[in-house]
Amino acid sequence: MTSTKKDPVLVVLQLAGGNDGLNTVVPYGNPKYFDQRPNVFVPQDQVLPINDEIGFNPNMGPVKRLYDEGHVAVIQGVGYPTGSRSHFRSMDIWHTCEPQKVGDEGWLGRVIRDLDPTQENVLTAVNFGRGLPRALVAPGVPVASVGNLETYGVLTGIDDTDQRLKALDVFSKVYSPMIGQGPVMDYLAHTGLDALKGADILSAAPEMYSSTVEYGGDTVSQYMRNIAQTHLAGFGTRVLYTTAPFNSFDTHAGQMANHTKLWRETSRAIGDFYDDLKEHNAGENVMLLVFTEFGRRVHDNGSGTDHGAGGHCFIIGDQVKGGLYGEYPSLDDNKLDEGDLQFNTDFRSVYSTILEKWMGLDAKPIVNGEFEQLAFV
Amino acid sequence: MPDQDISLIAHLMRRAGFSAPLEELQARAAKGYDATVDELLDPESQPPMERDIMMRYKADWLAQAGLEGQQEEWTFRMINSKRPLQEKIALFWHCVLVTGHAKCEYPKQQSMELDMFRTVGMGSFHELLKGLSKDPAMVFYLDNCMSHAGAINENWGRELLELFSLGVGMDGEFNYSEDDVKAAARAFTGWTVTNSIPRYPYGKYEAKFMYDPRDHDNDDKTFLGETGNFNGEDIVDIIVRQPATARFVARHLYNFFVADEPQVPAWKDSPPIDASAIKELEDEYFRSNYNITAMLRVLFKSDWFKAATFAKIKSPAETVVGTLKLVGDFKFPRPGLDMMTMNIRFMGQDLLNPPTVEGWHTGREWIDSGTLVERINFTADQVGNLNHSGVKNIINRVGSIGPVLTADQLIDACLENLGSYQLHQETRNQLVEMASGEGEIRSDAEGFPLQVATMLQSIVATTEYLFA
Repeated sequence: MTSTKKDPVLVVLQLAGGNDGLNTVVPYGNPKYFDQRPNVFVPQDQVLPINDEIGFNPNMGPVKRLYDEGHVAVIQGVGYPTGSRSHFRSMDIWHTCEPQKVGDEGWLGRVIRDLDPTQENVLTAVNFGRGLPRALVAPGVPVASVGNLETYGVLTGIDDTDQRLKALDVFSKVYSPMIGQGPVMDYLAHTGLDALKGADILSAAPEMYSSTVEYGGDTVSQYMRNIAQTHLAGFGTRVLYTTAPFNSFDTHAGQMANHTKLWRETSRAIGDFYDDLKEHNAGENVMLLVFTEFGRRVHDNGSGTDHGAGGHCFIIGDQVKGGLYGEYPSLDDNKLDEGDLQFNTDFRSVYSTILEKWMGLDAKPIVNGEFEQLAFV
Repeated sequence: MPDQDISLIAHLMRRAGFSAPLEELQARAAKGYDATVDELLDPESQPPMERDIMMRYKADWLAQAGLEGQQEEWTFRMINSKRPLQEKIALFWHCVLVTGHAKCEYPKQQSMELDMFRTVGMGSFHELLKGLSKDPAMVFYLDNCMSHAGAINENWGRELLELFSLGVGMDGEFNYSEDDVKAAARAFTGWTVTNSIPRYPYGKYEAKFMYDPRDHDNDDKTFLGETGNFNGEDIVDIIVRQPATARFVARHLYNFFVADEPQVPAWKDSPPIDASAIKELEDEYFRSNYNITAMLRVLFKSDWFKAATFAKIKSPAETVVGTLKLVGDFKFPRPGLDMMTMNIRFMGQDLLNPPTVEGWHTGREWIDSGTLVERINFTADQVGNLNHSGVKNIINRVGSIGPVLTADQLIDACLENLGSYQLHQETRNQLVEMASGEGEIRSDAEGFPLQVATMLQSIVATTEYLFA
């Protein structure tokens, strides 16, 4: 485990929809890339080179800057055996670490349980966005889920303070867990109490925050800003999570325009987030994981790319040993798996490394098995 | 004791519609349960929406050019339609046969899709799948217009099987293979849409479905064990005959109208919670030639439906629309409905723009500490607003019990007015304590309306009220 004075914090940014790995970390030195991508390709002269073979998408300037500073680990060719090309199934697998059966417990849910087994802090984990990703779900594990940090609170519409306190008192009593009501009622009762407690604490975060960093206006930027605000408020939050909205990375068609916009916004959000923490001298105990459920088909379909396999993920932070990990998947025809890149690094290796070397947890029961430790921490 | 007829009708209207205030429930109960079911299943017997009123006050609804306007119009329909099941079935199919605004070239296309759900959606599933395959919103959403002979785009072929008809699997077995996905995609090559141009000077036109025989793959395909030079219709014909499709439709109807099932991705390995109910629906699917209204008649008249009170967590749309119907607001398209409609989004259901092609996860997944706060705050604000006609009606009815009410009478009357809700004993004890703490409850007292409103607010904040 890396020794830091403060408890290690994990931030997760999920790129929902299946980010096209080939046009993110571009194999611009490989002619096969241009053969396979007659329509949906990044021109060689626009790539931000990492080396003679590969480079970042031209819209990823801020990520490239952090890479050059040694803060970005690029894990190439991440996946899992017999990859599913269904968004939901593949995302479920990334969330639950259960490629064989349908899992209902998220890996981060288990992490939160390990970090805070007696549920002392309802803000051990905070999700930004509406609806909790399965990664954060585990029985009895509270996670605050915040749509808008600025207006978060329970029964806020009751203006009269006495009346509101009375109503909140009844609320807290009727949401007290009742014995023998079954898992759904238990879940609802816990959720109600957690909401009440978490709202009181979280409502202080925006007031405590000031920064010279100006984030973009897109959803990912706003949520990355909320994550920074929550981290800087010092509530003891260890896991912070957000998702790019509406499967936006699902670029079956019109990819060149869409993917450009997506990475311009996402890359800026990542850079702003890093700078914001830096400005507050609060980044050294934060690690950011950026992942997607799968890469996309090697050969383009004319204007976009279909569901594939073998994408990349990024780990970003002051304590990250930047560089390239894993191997860039081969584009040779005989190395493709039904037209898809072959993965070479199991995503559970990435998780295991973060868990063991960063969070200081026993990874095996969280990721359901033993996987190779990588060197990015 | 709660009136059994009223509580059964309240249950029916929560499921087959969007709830109803007590006076409507009483009127329907007087006609009888079976007659109410038959009326709901025959929407044409009731007047349509008064479009001229809607368009006169909300001219922008005619254009259907943006997500918020579309959501607002649909919410108005859900509140005011005299054909509540028609709007409910549109919501049902929208949750299953998903397209999303985030990937829609021309928003009006989704409104046209909803119109198809309102009409064809209560008829034959066979016709509905054929309509869906040619629906320009769907053809574009799942990229079938980008799928060509010799260069298929699998998106539509895959989701048609996985999410719109067969499902991944049932009884532990897979329902189709990757080869079936490819075969379906090949059969649908050439199914495309016309350009929705010229954009100027008249704005966009609707896209129309177009079959381009030159771009159709005419080679033999093997699909679910049958081989031939299949076109898209043949694929749909084969699909609707499958037992897996009967299971899939039955389970979706059950999950939406009867009781919360496990989430769809678990259906391959998780058996239905009521296997014999599903069997009845499957049998009716084949007996009626895939007729949805026939399946719903079996469903609503069954004992297992009548027994399944409060077995579902309300969706955000049901929560917002049901609450607005209860308090009697927005019977007319007055300003402010747009902001009210946003609450459905804040509770986690951005209508016409689901998070993925899988639609929304339902049941307890509607509730997390964020959406719960949105839901409780919204509902409590509405039932606590003494200016609402529906709230005034409730207060008058509760007050008509007599000059002095016991705490139990107050609670029971509020529960009945909210739709014959029932509370667990512990919850009830808390509310009795709260109501008793105020001294004698007199219906002629100045503070009585506020006292009733506070009780309504406390009830809608309970876990029990999260259910339908």
